[in-house]
Amino acid sequence: MSLRLPLDGVRVLDLTMIAAGPYATQLLADMGAEVIKIEGPTRYDRYRGPLRGRDREDYPPGGPGDRPYNQGTRFNEVNRNKLGIALDLAKPSGVAIFKRLAAVSDVVIENYSPRVMGNFGLDYSVLQVLNPGLIMVSMPGFGATGPYRNYVANGPVPEAMSGLQHLTGYAGGPPMKISGWYYDQTNSLTAAFATLVALHHRRRTGRGQHVESVMLEAAALLVGEAIVDHAVTGRSPDRMGNRHSQMVPHGCYRCAGEDAWVVIAVRNDAEWRRLCQAVGRLDWETDERFATVEGRRLHEDELDRLIEGWTAERDHREVTSMLQEAAVPAGAVLHAGEVMDDPHLSERGFFQGVVHPEAGAALLPRAGWLLGGTPLPIRRPAPCFGEHNGHILAELLGLMPEEIRALEDGAVISSRPLV
Amino acid sequence: MNAGGLAGFRVLDLSWHVAGPYCTKLLAGFGAEVIKIERPGVGDPTRRFALAPDQEVHAERGSLFLHLNTGKKSITLDLKKIEGRRLLLQLVGLSDAVVESFSPRVLPGLGLGFEVLRSLHPSLVMTSVSSFGQTGPYRDYRATDMVCLALGGLLYLVGEPDREPLKPWGPQASYQAGLHAAVATLTALYQREEAGVGEHVDVSVMESVAFQMHSYPQMYRYHGKIVRREGQRIAGHGPTGHYPDTTLPCQDGFVHVGSSGYHWEDVALLMEEPRLADPALKAAQRAQAAEIDALMQPWLSSHDKLEIFHRAQALRMPFAPVLSVGEVLQDEQLGQRGYFQEASHPVAGLVRQPGPPARLSESPWTTSAAPLLGEHNEEIYGGLLGYDSGEVARLRDGGVI
Repeated sequence: MSLRLPLDGVRVLDLTMIAAGPYATQLLADMGAEVIKIEGPTRYDRYRGPLRGRDREDYPPGGPGDRPYNQGTRFNEVNRNKLGIALDLAKPSGVAIFKRLAAVSDVVIENYSPRVMGNFGLDYSVLQVLNPGLIMVSMPGFGATGPYRNYVANGPVPEAMSGLQHLTGYAGGPPMKISGWYYDQTNSLTAAFATLVALHHRRRTGRGQHVESVMLEAAALLVGEAIVDHAVTGRSPDRMGNRHSQMVPHGCYRCAGEDAWVVIAVRNDAEWRRLCQAVGRLDWETDERFATVEGRRLHEDELDRLIEGWTAERDHREVTSMLQEAAVPAGAVLHAGEVMDDPHLSERGFFQGVVHPEAGAALLPRAGWLLGGTPLPIRRPAPCFGEHNGHILAELLGLMPEEIRALEDGAVISSRPLV
Repeated sequence: MNAGGLAGFRVLDLSWHVAGPYCTKLLAGFGAEVIKIERPGVGDPTRRFALAPDQEVHAERGSLFLHLNTGKKSITLDLKKIEGRRLLLQLVGLSDAVVESFSPRVLPGLGLGFEVLRSLHPSLVMTSVSSFGQTGPYRDYRATDMVCLALGGLLYLVGEPDREPLKPWGPQASYQAGLHAAVATLTALYQREEAGVGEHVDVSVMESVAFQMHSYPQMYRYHGKIVRREGQRIAGHGPTGHYPDTTLPCQDGFVHVGSSGYHWEDVALLMEEPRLADPALKAAQRAQAAEIDALMQPWLSSHDKLEIFHRAQALRMPFAPVLSVGEVLQDEQLGQRGYFQEASHPVAGLVRQPGPPARLSESPWTTSAAPLLGEHNEEIYGGLLGYDSGEVARLRDGGVI
């Protein structure tokens, strides 16, 4: 097995903040890219949390400590494997340094609103001349063009505007929000994918390009079948809770204990019979009404009641293993703690340990794949604010210590937020 | 016109349903040649998939199939026959990547596992998408999309707190896995140039869902806190967490009211309700969510969602109208961006569908309609593999293709 990481040698200047952009660069960093996260002395990544800290549960136990902005749990999870500098792009000397960095980098990624990079004098037309092989990835809320181009989008916005929220809901109930950040990470994966397309293109042609990854446009593809269907039929499906157009039974059933649930899905008549056998209910199996999917659909309310009568007395993981033993699709509805402790994820090395110099030890999740069967270790914790100013300026740009000090004195760079 | 970014890559797509096909749709859209391999006579089950219980679906008109399989070629091949497997190995030798989504035992059981394919073709990238991954205690568990959503931790976070969790519409866990598979496949292909050899990419739908857990597992580990669903309100904020951040009814439907907690005076101004600017509310935020909702509701109930959207956005607040699918098709932003594209399909006619997931200035997203079952048998068996028409006929008569 190769010791090189897949994206060794790819350098990314990461101007993104909060979630959607940083999760995209997390994917690249995890695969070995050198990601340099660039905040500003007066423009820190708000995902670090308020400068003076707030809810204790956003920090490790004993937090938030002297520098809360270095201890935020969320920030430290998504920004692992990245280097961090704090450079003021509102100052001409900051822009000059950025240009020098861009000249020796492969990717610049940003999620500002459309005019911002141009206001810094750093839009693609400038960067392309500087470095024709550079790939610039922009993640504007609605796109650089169109009537909503200056509008603000975060995760809940595409949930509402893609159609997904309208399609989702309990039967007879209103449209329901999904999670609020579901499409942030959808966009992250899409932006990482698009960046890789551009990297492949560059390998073949030597040329960079401008990539635009828009959350709503990535999002609507995840309800694409409903869009296609509506364009043809003029209809869309009614909200049907946890039920399914093809499978009966298909639902979420209460189990013993507080807020404990299991989902069960029966794909065909053979699985239905195995479910009956696993539950020990011969009477269900011989009941003519339930023998076919049409019959089960007709009597779905009663079926769901019967099934819940059985699950309600049992532990959700016990139900899962009993039904899986019988080759029936079933899964406990795990909460975050159960996910952290799950034996399958544990054996698959889904969570990896890292120690952060100020926040301490943490277990951080990887993405949904393994290459070559082994999880890649986390190489470094998330950067403290401005942590790698000296390292980057000296190593990449050859600046002397006195030049670096002058930049600090001029607040062009900073090792703490100046707000 | 510039060639697509992935031009030159050939991908054999053995996958069915959603996860694998969404991955290969993305690869095809940016220029990879994707050859979809389906069972003779039957094809991918989604060809007949209905979106509603009462819907009848003609085999070449299923919306899910039409959406997921744009840009691909279709050949038929029976992998249960020895001669079918021989043909597959020939195709593998001519391809850069194989994408499959069978249960982990299936391909090795047919003598087509990664070790076999790699020995024939060392630079092959094989992407296997399965519910739980190629290893681990749940490896052989049966799953549907909802099962992976549950075990991955996302389902617990959706729905009303006082009743059962609620699954998002559609096969969302599978879509996520398709995205992970696309990123991982391109990563492995990128690595291949330097490493000289391919890789087995092992994508787990459950893990793709768990990727969405937003630091909650670590927060549990630190504090024993379990983040719970909160209905229309975004879950996971502490009592002083940002508010408003919720969906509320308005005159003609529903609107997401998002201010990220920074725009109190603007919310009060927009909704003509000075009490919303009360510093006590700003300090309390989430803890007084019900009171804040009650102050906002009268104004919301007397305005339409698009008006609310435009007026709030003019004040830089991330409100959003909850659009029906029909309204999404009419959305002026997506319209002006040329997002919806049309492709001509021989049976379904003109199919209107969502367009590029991202725009690349030198690598356009191009797409053609989803293929008919076996539409490209002649092109691939005849053209690419070089069998003459007699041989192709023999294969067809023998049920091999």
